[in-house]
Parts: sequence; C-alpha cells; structure tokens
Amino acid sequence: MPMSAEEIRRRILAALPDAEVELTDLAGDDDHWSARVTSSAFAGLPRVRQHRLVYDALGGEMGGRLHALQLTTIPRTRA
Amino acid sequence: MTDPVHARIAEIISAHDVVLFMKGTPLFPQCGFSSRAVQILEHLDVPFHAVDVLQDQEIRQGIKTFSDWPTIPQLYVKGEFVGGSDIMMEMFEAGELQELFAGKGLQPQS
Repeated sequence: MPMSAEEIRRRILAALPDAEVELTDLAGDDDHWSARVTSSAFAGLPRVRQHRLVYDALGGEMGGRLHALQLTTIPRTRA
Repeated sequence: MTDPVHARIAEIISAHDVVLFMKGTPLFPQCGFSSRAVQILEHLDVPFHAVDVLQDQEIRQGIKTFSDWPTIPQLYVKGEFVGGSDIMMEMFEAGELQELFAGKGLQPQS
C-alpha cells in the first residue's frame, strides 16, 4: 500500500513540528509525490543534511512504500 | 571489517572524478529521477561514469547504506557524495553545481 499524503504530512510534522508541508500528487495516482517542506530546522544546514532530516522523518520508507518523492527543502529564517 | 560491496563502491568512486549511480543507462534511463540527473550533467557537459544499479543488485542495495541515502540516482564528485536528483536540480538552478565542478577543475574547456 502506498503512503498517503496524510501519512507523509503527519510523519514530517512529527519530526519537524514547525514545518510547512506542501504536497503535490505528480501523477494523480497517490504514489508519486512532490513535497516542498519549509522549516527552521533546515537553517544553516547543507542540502544533503536538510533532505536527510525529511528522509529520516519518513522512517526508512523512502524507496520502499513511498517510492517517488520529489523533495524541495526551504530553510525558514527568523524575521 | 569492511563490507565487500562498500569496498567495491569506494573503488568505483575513487577511480572516476564524477560518478552517477542510476537506474538504466544515460541513453536509456529507466526512471524519471535518473533521467533528470543525466540531463543536468549532459547540459553542463561534464564527463561522468554511470553505474546502472539495475544490472547489479549488490550495488543497488549497498549504495544506500554506503551513502546513508535511501534513493537512486546518487551523484559523487571526487569521491564525495553530492546528493540525489532533487539536490542536483536545486544546486544547478542556484549555480552551485557549476561552481562545484569548476572548483574541482572538472568544468569542460570552452
């Protein structure tokens, strides 16, 4: 069973509570997602580490139950 | 004790300046993400060594633990992990990928 948008959002928010998560269903099949995640947790981190935070939040399901996630991470800087 | 598959991967990334672990080949990518990674490298005209993980199940699994990165494609430059296709695209759009190649002396002669 693929991972639903709700589950993706819930897992990301559990790990990054201040995150803003925008999900787009790329193929209309509930299985190929694009995510734009904005969080202060990314501030100052190299991109690889920003993406790892999100992959870790998804609990090892990347490439498995969640097979396609196009990811964009945006550090939120404090005003 | 060194994992023999990790040792093979280490050998590949030390033997080539730019390595793309991908699904399929540059001519016939088998996945949209791999295709995008190839397009970026070809657009930058950077020579690269492609490893088709679909032809090698050991590497397909081993590269994930080697890099601590769950997905394919994966780009290595001078032995260092750069990222997957999303990071390549973000870096390309920001001009950072071009800087990285230029900084490592890998930019093609114009």
